[in-house]
Amino acid sequence: MTLSTNPSSSLKMTAQSDDALAAGLSAAARPVPVGKVSASDVSVFYGDKQALFDVSLEMPDRMVTALIGPSGCGKSTFLRCINRMNDTIPGARVEGRIMLEGENINDRGVDPVLLRARVGMVFQKPNPFPKSIFENVAYGPRIHGFADNKAELADIVESSLKRAGLWKEVADRLQAPGTSLSGGQQQRLVIARAIAVSPEVILMDEPCSALDPIATAKIEELIDDLRSQYCIIMVTHSMAQAARVSQRTAFFHMGAVIEAGATDEIFTNPRDSRTQDYITGRFG
Amino acid sequence: MLIWIALLGLILFSVTAYTAGRRKVLSAAGGRSRLLHSLPGYHGAYLALWTAAPAIILLLLVGMLGAQVEELILRGEPPAAVSALPASTQDVFYNDVVATATGGQVSQTVYDGALGDAFAAKLAQAHEIHRNLITGVLAAALLMALAGAAIAWPRLSADFAARPRVERWVAALFLACSVVAVLTTLGIVASLVWESWRFFQAVPIFDFLFGLTWDPQIAIRADQVASSGAFGAVPLFMGTFLIMMIAMTVAAPVGLFAAIYLSEYAGPSVRAVVKPLLEILAGIPTVVYGFFAALTVGPLFRGFFNDIGAQLIGGPFDSLGLYLMQVQNQMALVAGAVMGIMLIPFVSSLSDDILNAVPQSLRDGSLAMGATRSETITRVIMPAALPGVMGALMLAVSRAVGETMIVTMAAGLQARATINPLDTVTTVTVQIVTLLTGDQEFDSPKTLSAFGLGLTLFLITLMLNIIALRIVQRYREQYD
Repeated sequence: MTLSTNPSSSLKMTAQSDDALAAGLSAAARPVPVGKVSASDVSVFYGDKQALFDVSLEMPDRMVTALIGPSGCGKSTFLRCINRMNDTIPGARVEGRIMLEGENINDRGVDPVLLRARVGMVFQKPNPFPKSIFENVAYGPRIHGFADNKAELADIVESSLKRAGLWKEVADRLQAPGTSLSGGQQQRLVIARAIAVSPEVILMDEPCSALDPIATAKIEELIDDLRSQYCIIMVTHSMAQAARVSQRTAFFHMGAVIEAGATDEIFTNPRDSRTQDYITGRFG
Repeated sequence: MLIWIALLGLILFSVTAYTAGRRKVLSAAGGRSRLLHSLPGYHGAYLALWTAAPAIILLLLVGMLGAQVEELILRGEPPAAVSALPASTQDVFYNDVVATATGGQVSQTVYDGALGDAFAAKLAQAHEIHRNLITGVLAAALLMALAGAAIAWPRLSADFAARPRVERWVAALFLACSVVAVLTTLGIVASLVWESWRFFQAVPIFDFLFGLTWDPQIAIRADQVASSGAFGAVPLFMGTFLIMMIAMTVAAPVGLFAAIYLSEYAGPSVRAVVKPLLEILAGIPTVVYGFFAALTVGPLFRGFFNDIGAQLIGGPFDSLGLYLMQVQNQMALVAGAVMGIMLIPFVSSLSDDILNAVPQSLRDGSLAMGATRSETITRVIMPAALPGVMGALMLAVSRAVGETMIVTMAAGLQARATINPLDTVTTVTVQIVTLLTGDQEFDSPKTLSAFGLGLTLFLITLMLNIIALRIVQRYREQYD
């Protein structure tokens, strides 16, 4: 929260740093990270296969960073590094540094369980737990002991559902199972579940790919709202969505970041021909 | 023998029909199967089915009912010497005739005089009936095969829709097989109900269900002075329940936790070794568990309790010590514990499959919330898997209730209404075994009570299964 009090200035700086990277400057000349989350030289291996090659990326606070690229390019793998979900995959190995507020999350002393309370995640398919709507949102606060009594817990649930824009639709049926909601409502429910533990960063892995256009529009609106409070990192397959929702975009290709910068710049004036080909729909 | 040759001939005939049908439509289409409504194979199959199916149905019917029909005809005109005999002796007479004719087991009765003549006459008649039946059936089968072929042959043409018709034949075959399964079940239930009905005419159903004494002593010979036994089934069901509870106390936690370890914690290499091992454990015959219980676990437990008893004697718990000193090898605890061990692989293997079926997205979702693995298991995975796990436990209960061998060997035979695990008890299944082994008069309430017990047990397990299914459905609607 101390960094980037002025979003626009931080945008400028990171844009410059990434542009410099794209221009091929040496690692030593790289400026100091300014993102809320900043990755440097992150490589991921699944067994013998390398899925990610020396990815460096700045992801500033109070902004949406979109990760785009063709299927299998490593963007979801990179996203899963940020809350160390790759730890749960047998045979996966992560190298490099990912700094969150100046602390390397890959350090041995960092407990992934505590890290994940700071870095929330929303998945491709809505995955509400087999519990009531209330219990779904109360899940995080309960296991982390955020509420001292029932009233406090109810407050957290209510405010989280309100911020996720779901309160009006479910206020009268909080005890109904979470799975009884529609797909779009379920996705907003899991977003409410994620923000109930007051994370600093929210990761979203194609949060709209399983939803219809109306539900998608609602989620996008919600993401835009949440931007004022969180650092949001979102994987998306939709160019239009990246252009609509994000302020920063990184283009992944074959396990590496080809180009990263301000979204409008990437979309109007890409430097790399592969980025241009991808966003104009020539491949991927 | 002739029937088998006929079947072989029928198969050859239908194979010929198949190739002939194929050839006919192919040549009708000028060799281009594209012009046909159905592929040539369907035309061939259609013709073959019409050729073989009716005749095979006839042969099967004769195979099943032929012997009864023969005996019915044989008994048609009884000779005077035979009619003079009592009904049961008549049965023996006819059985001997049929057995002599077909080369079966003959009773030691000697038939002489008028009875000897009647025997010879009936024997000749039996041979004749058999010959006539076989010839008639074979001729009929041949006729039906030819008629079937004659009906189907003209239908075959390029436009003929053979494919959906063959499809209907296939569907009929599957239907027939499922009908056989259903009818068999119904038959078993019907016989259970019928024999139980006869039992409940001798022993009032109220006495049976609520009586507290089980002592099925009935006159062994018909001329013995009848002593009425007591047929109160409560001790048996209590014994069954007690042993089932002990077994589930062992099997449910151990099996379930083993399954959780296997599916949530164990790496692929551990899994690859442990899961097959558990499945081998499930393959051990229950009789092996039985003598393991009787010869190893029983003495071990007795020694343990006797030692404790020896320590207590003379102290403030003197009477308890005296009781423990007298504990025997055979007790409910031994049978229940060993049965629990038997059920562990059953529970764990089923639960493991169920836990694996819980979508990975739920695990990821919980872990991404900053939950530990055990929090994920107790708060997300178990609630999601609960219906399946309940089903697995209910299946284990059904097996525990139906298990016989271990209890026979390790729990004793005394029917006692007790909930003390150190007592010897007996179960419903064990009593059914003891009632029906050895020479028994089949009409006595003692043997018939086995059917009463069987029916009650069946109803109880059926009810358990229905409840389990209900629970499973309730949760499934909620969580899927």
